[in-house]
Amino acid sequence: MVKVTIDDVVIEVEPGTTILNAARQAGGDIVPPAMCYYSKLEGSGGKCRTCLVEVAAGSEKDPRPMPKLVASCSTPVMDGMIVKNKTSERVHENRGAVTEFLLINHPLDCPVCDQAGECKLQDLAFEHGSSKTRYEEPRRTHEPIDIGNTIKLNQDRCILCYRCVYVGNQLCDSRVHGVMHRGEHAEISTYIENSIDNDFSGNMIDVCPVGALTDKTFRFKSRVWFLKPMNASCECTKCGGNAVVWMFGNQIYRVTARKDEYGEVQTIDGKTAWICNECRYDKKEVSKWNIEGPMKVDKHSVISQGHYDKPNPLNDSTKNLK
Amino acid sequence: MGRKLLLEHIDVPGIQTYDVYRNHGGYRSVEKALKTMSPQEVVEEVQKSALKGRGGAGFPTGMKWSFLAKPEGVPRYLVCNADESEPGTFKDRYLMEKIPHLLIEGMITSSYALGANTSHIYIRGEYMFVLDILEKAIAEAYANGWLGKNILGSGYDLDLYVSPGGGAYICGEETALLESLEGKRGNPRMKPPFPAVKGLFGCPTVVNNVESIAAVVPIINIGAEEYLKIGTEKSSGTKLISASGNLVRPGVYEIELGLSVEEFIYGDEWCRGIANGKKIKACIPGGSSVPILPHNLITKTATGETRYMSYESLSDGGFASGSMLGSGGFIVFDEDQCIVRNTWNFARFYAHESCGQCSPCREGTGWMEKVLYRLEHGQGNMRDIDLLEQINKKIEGNTICPLGDAAAWPVAAAIRHFREEFEWHVTNPQEALTRNYGLKKVAETL
Repeated sequence: MVKVTIDDVVIEVEPGTTILNAARQAGGDIVPPAMCYYSKLEGSGGKCRTCLVEVAAGSEKDPRPMPKLVASCSTPVMDGMIVKNKTSERVHENRGAVTEFLLINHPLDCPVCDQAGECKLQDLAFEHGSSKTRYEEPRRTHEPIDIGNTIKLNQDRCILCYRCVYVGNQLCDSRVHGVMHRGEHAEISTYIENSIDNDFSGNMIDVCPVGALTDKTFRFKSRVWFLKPMNASCECTKCGGNAVVWMFGNQIYRVTARKDEYGEVQTIDGKTAWICNECRYDKKEVSKWNIEGPMKVDKHSVISQGHYDKPNPLNDSTKNLK
Repeated sequence: MGRKLLLEHIDVPGIQTYDVYRNHGGYRSVEKALKTMSPQEVVEEVQKSALKGRGGAGFPTGMKWSFLAKPEGVPRYLVCNADESEPGTFKDRYLMEKIPHLLIEGMITSSYALGANTSHIYIRGEYMFVLDILEKAIAEAYANGWLGKNILGSGYDLDLYVSPGGGAYICGEETALLESLEGKRGNPRMKPPFPAVKGLFGCPTVVNNVESIAAVVPIINIGAEEYLKIGTEKSSGTKLISASGNLVRPGVYEIELGLSVEEFIYGDEWCRGIANGKKIKACIPGGSSVPILPHNLITKTATGETRYMSYESLSDGGFASGSMLGSGGFIVFDEDQCIVRNTWNFARFYAHESCGQCSPCREGTGWMEKVLYRLEHGQGNMRDIDLLEQINKKIEGNTICPLGDAAAWPVAAAIRHFREEFEWHVTNPQEALTRNYGLKKVAETL
């Protein structure tokens, strides 16, 4: 076991663990945000640069600080390493810069985006973004396209995290979509529209941190915070059948995989609980599901508003005012 | 006359062919290494010579070789990086085009030192004609027993392949090069693991520049001690410089490191001064990604000492008043050149060549290009100059590979040294469209 200090929290982790995963083991607000890293997808990470942290001391043996900020999702911890995340001014400044870079070409169409309310970029912008833009040039735009019969791609919103590419590589039989072009012209695309047709392709929607890939059966049906997410299971031969159904009254609006606090698909019985397209798109009747109970939602999330928390947060704040 | 090690026989007619090359002492280093030295001895010899990587970063070649992991039963590879795409650099092309057997000889000796039985030369797609020259030379080397099984009866086997890339600048970054060589999209990999541990096809790999590999030949021939006597204390040996821009005699020169910059620009043997009797305005000593130097800092450092063509002297003063030797792409600007336009041109290049993998580089290079376009075309305002400074500070050091730094440095340096010219573009947009700023106010002239 190696000992690592992240923002004054000391934790012991297995050798070879990355800084980000070590922070996640400790939990709390020392965890750096991650837009592209996805622990269940091999090879992901390193691209978005939002998880950059400062290493104030490399290790017990070599306590020199690292000159550059490092990507916490891909840098392994060393014994005696001292990492600064929220306590570092430099990290805060650069995370703001990365947020600005991610937003300069973003359409900021949250009012009509289905991801709003569960969007990682929204969270990031809320925490590190600026209320003004310094970008005066025209934004790059693309027409939304169908990349499969159930998936809509809105390239304008994409942050090129490559997660859906890894899903194509690791969950589907063969990958038929990918990143084309280079630099700021890089985009996710397929050579032939509608070509993504695989039983597990729907997971691309779940891994997408923004609203670039959306479920065509759910588009523009409802805001996520009007729906009530319920853990549910069904008998399914393709996947584990453990999912979340998003309900309004007695009606199922959409089905997604079960996600943990970092927005990643949960591990259930030692397996990553990816769900198949049949569960996702074809089982929209309550009778097909065994509903277990409400999904645990972080109380800070907009989705939890008005659903579970008994004390209204408004009451608390009024107390503080007096 | 400086000593020539690489280009000694460059003017011999027919040096491209095997027979002529062999008659002029070719393949001696292979004979010496395979017959009288162990692979470890060759590595030590290169380490002793203090040869610095000639591709741009200047990392000691011998040290890079010593990092190579040597697990049992796993092949090792040597890859030659001939993806020379830095604007202003054309030395590798000259070397491969004129004297291809020198590179092949270096590849054999280096592969032997590293214990690689398969080696690759990754060449940029635009050098298709050079590919033919290399293929022909490799065929000759095979025919004469320098490649293939049991070379010189030593029991050492080597196969050498040339692979053309698609012409992307990013594939000159060593891990992107390996991805491309494996047949994938040329995106740089996350480090660690470094290629020395996990490189081509997951095996330990060394990636070296063409000139670094070619320099192994004279090191083995004359010995590390003799090689160390050439050049300066910290920069040993000779270096190919591709001189371009407004010079009387641009071209590829082999210099002994430690030649003074003034001598190189104005010396009769070298570039012979600025063309058309003009004055020098600025100089980029090491390829487009290194900081530009204004004319008062070219031949003298900020402290008034003479500046030499060497790794340590060119970087004297850090980025505030120095630059880097880089890949040796020596670009000279005369008084008529517009720094803003040139900076925009470089920014356009980096925006075009960014792979688009990590966000600061993908979005930042494009942003800088657009702001610089506006400044150059008379649509800028004063806050754009500060904005540029802030953008490049946020790109620098925050990216996966050095392309982000390479894009940020020239812009930062141009604003640092030529801020008045940028401001003049903002205050006189109409005039800036019709004429250049010239030398006005940029320190005193030479």
